[in-house]
Amino acid sequence: MTEPLKIAGASETPLNLQRTDFISDQEVRWCPGCGDYSILFQVQSVLPKLNIPRENLVFVSGIGCSSRFPYYMNTYGFHTIHGRAPTIATGIKVANPDLSVWIITGDGDGLSIGGNHFIHVLRRNLDVNVLLFNNRIYGLTKGQYSPTSEFGKKTKSSPMGSIERPINPLCLAIASEATFVARSIDVDTKHLAATIERAARHKGVSFIEIYQNCNIFNDGAYKPISDKEVRAENMLYLEHGKPMIFGKDRNKGIRLNGIKPEVVTIGENGVTEGDLLVHDESAADPTLAYLLTQMDFPNFPVPMGVFRNVFKPTFEELTAQQIEAAMAHGKGSLEKLLNSGDTWVVE
Amino acid sequence: MSSTAILGNTEEKIQEVTSVTVRFAGDSGDGMQLTGTQFTNTAALLGNDISTLPDFPAEIRAPQGSLPGVSGFQVNFSSMDIRTPGDEPDVLVAMNPAALKVNLPDLHEGGILIVNENEFIKSNLDKAGYASNPLTDGSLKGYRLISIPITDLTYNALTEIEMTKRNKERCKNFFALGIVFALFDRPLEPTYQWIDQKFGAKPEVAEANRRTLKAGFDYADTTEIFTTHYRVRKASLPPGKYRKITGNEATALGFVAAAELTGRPLFYGSYPITPASDILHELSRLKNFGIKSFQAEDEIAAMGAAIGAAFAGHIGLTGTSGPGVCLKSEAIGLAVMTELPVVIINVQRGGPSTGLPTKTEQADLLQALYGRNGECPVAVVAPSSPSDCFNMAVEAVRLAATFMTPVFYLSDGYIANGAEPWKIPQLSELPAMKQVLRQDPTGFLPYERDEQTLSRPWAVPGTPGLEHRIGGLEKQHRAGNVSYDPANHDFMVRLRAEKIARIANYIPDLSVEGDPEGDLLLLGWGGTYGAIATATEELRRQGYRVSNAHLRYLNPFPRNLGDVLKRFKRVAVAELNLGQLNLLIRSAFLVDTVSINKVAGKPFKISELIARCKALL
Repeated sequence: MTEPLKIAGASETPLNLQRTDFISDQEVRWCPGCGDYSILFQVQSVLPKLNIPRENLVFVSGIGCSSRFPYYMNTYGFHTIHGRAPTIATGIKVANPDLSVWIITGDGDGLSIGGNHFIHVLRRNLDVNVLLFNNRIYGLTKGQYSPTSEFGKKTKSSPMGSIERPINPLCLAIASEATFVARSIDVDTKHLAATIERAARHKGVSFIEIYQNCNIFNDGAYKPISDKEVRAENMLYLEHGKPMIFGKDRNKGIRLNGIKPEVVTIGENGVTEGDLLVHDESAADPTLAYLLTQMDFPNFPVPMGVFRNVFKPTFEELTAQQIEAAMAHGKGSLEKLLNSGDTWVVE
Repeated sequence: MSSTAILGNTEEKIQEVTSVTVRFAGDSGDGMQLTGTQFTNTAALLGNDISTLPDFPAEIRAPQGSLPGVSGFQVNFSSMDIRTPGDEPDVLVAMNPAALKVNLPDLHEGGILIVNENEFIKSNLDKAGYASNPLTDGSLKGYRLISIPITDLTYNALTEIEMTKRNKERCKNFFALGIVFALFDRPLEPTYQWIDQKFGAKPEVAEANRRTLKAGFDYADTTEIFTTHYRVRKASLPPGKYRKITGNEATALGFVAAAELTGRPLFYGSYPITPASDILHELSRLKNFGIKSFQAEDEIAAMGAAIGAAFAGHIGLTGTSGPGVCLKSEAIGLAVMTELPVVIINVQRGGPSTGLPTKTEQADLLQALYGRNGECPVAVVAPSSPSDCFNMAVEAVRLAATFMTPVFYLSDGYIANGAEPWKIPQLSELPAMKQVLRQDPTGFLPYERDEQTLSRPWAVPGTPGLEHRIGGLEKQHRAGNVSYDPANHDFMVRLRAEKIARIANYIPDLSVEGDPEGDLLLLGWGGTYGAIATATEELRRQGYRVSNAHLRYLNPFPRNLGDVLKRFKRVAVAELNLGQLNLLIRSAFLVDTVSINKVAGKPFKISELIARCKALL
């Protein structure tokens, strides 16, 4: 698509909103140093660019540290119950497609107790933005392993190490046919803001896995990839239409060997830039996006950015279209409806 | 009630009777529900009062010819006002040995028994557990047995039609229907019309069904298998326009009407479950009314979506049965905390757990009142008959929207699938209940209260100046912010309870049928009304000082309930559970009530209630 689609709820006339317009009167109560602060700041920074009046924004969350988010937004908000934010958001969006609806969830809320709703909100392609704060730990309940915790992780509820293999949120999102799938990280604020903005502009469901540091119960979970000194070596920033290059010296890349990706060095063994895999986020086929979800530290750099970005009709549009079609010959008459079927008159 | 006239011998060719109960029974693949429905439709169009009881297995197709695979449809039709499908059939149509085995114990002594003798072969008799053929061993001599080779006669009627043998055999239910139409001197035209509509695209199927129906009728008429035919005249129902309606149909129509009356759109979120799915089907096809129906991924999502839609300004509706309510419970608590107008339909079925999916029960009353964590009050209403489902659906929405609260609507499998005539209301007779959304930002607080109803404003996203946050955490009075203050929590818990209690000022008083005082009051609720009212009417006719009252509002109770109870020497509470309303009544009023209960997956019989009451008098 060339024309940018209208963002749900956005105004036609410039509103000149500021970041501060989106700050509510409630005191933010995350632990000092929590990665959530960064995400809140970036969302509040991006919103003015979208030109959506505050009354057309609804932030819906489940339960967990991240789910306090709506209280800090000076918009409409609904802090629901554990795992169920997608269900409430579905009702809101279908009732009023002109709202900009955001789902704020975490790795426990979205992938464990709410795993079922997560799959279904994605496959329905509801035009909402799902931000999943992944800190690989249960923070609000004070430190148990989560569905994204690594195998063998020692926590209060797994003193001898977790015996569960972690779920891969992006892989699940792609399998659920999500039309926009991305990853970013709390400490790379520029990338995070840009990714949030792209997600918001996407028509259809958009999903961002945000690596977020819990400095109390799982401090440093992403340090090996996100530290300034190693970031260039251990992260791969995806750019649509560009070869997959990374490394401090921008001389490493990803090449496809058969159906498997591999890390190569440009200039070694005759490898040139032309041999590298070129990112295509809008490929109709999800195979490439899936391959990227399988690349993980330490064997690969961790891909950051937009994995998949395709267009399909949205759930609320299709709902409205069916109603419109049914009403093509006028709205139903209640009187006729009550009097339908075989009737008889008693004198 | 059964008419005894039909059972006696008579010389007259055509005899008038007031009420007859017929039960069609066969294998679940034999089309008995359809046969019964067609018979009912004709009776309704002829102006009889009617009441039906479909009784079918949970299995779509249990093994053919087996006892669990038997499907039955009972219809009571009358020239008098009737309220139940009848205790015992006067006429039983049994399409195979299993149907005979399952249903014979209910047939009146001396009742008419029509059987398809072609099915009484060794293998079928074995499946039904008959050691010998009951048609020939004399065990049926207490009944007026009419044994007809229905399958053979169906083939004969269709010799000229090009069709597979299997498809011809499938017409045999219409042969049986033709026989019963002849017995009661009924016209075939309404069924012909239905056949033409249903099979218009398949003329040979339509023709086969028409011929079989006619053949059955002619066979019964010309062979004089019935020495007497019976006629049931029109009932003298109150004047007006009528249609036949099931409880689930009336429920769907009621919610459509209610939403229109409020001026707010209707959102229906549901997950398929027996016996509530028909409401989802009905509302899904009414898109031309702007209804948004949503088949959710599970029960929780259905409830969550209804809450979200209510937050966004729709009437939020969800429908399920008991097991589904278990899953919705946490979200219902959220709706209580956030004070949003949602209605939860529970078409009750036999429990616990998966229980008896296709059978009726009333054992979810305490679940509706108390099945959540914390002090979590909701309003509860219960329709008393198939047609009353319409009225109580309207009431459920009126209370939900007026008080900004979840409302439970407790139907049950019996009235959901049962049918009766419904006097179609004039739109002007329906209550005015227009809802206004909050628009004015001046002085807006999300948990501000209306002085009378204690409801909070309905402020929906998209409204400038009313941006606010709600959620499951305790709310500060008026401001609506999160509050952990002990005094505030105590206050808010009491306030939410008081809000529901005040609904009593906005619902009708409980009315008593019979004298307002006497020896015994038979108190009931929900779908048992027909049997209770008929039983007490009969007791009064016999000279007993018995009255009945029926609760359609279960939380809060009507204001006069305590006064009603005091005027009777004894109060008996009849319900299809182990005494749940009884428990509530005893604790609320300290009255030494007696519990009359039954949990057999079947409705009360009138005779059972009469006997139980007499034992108390």
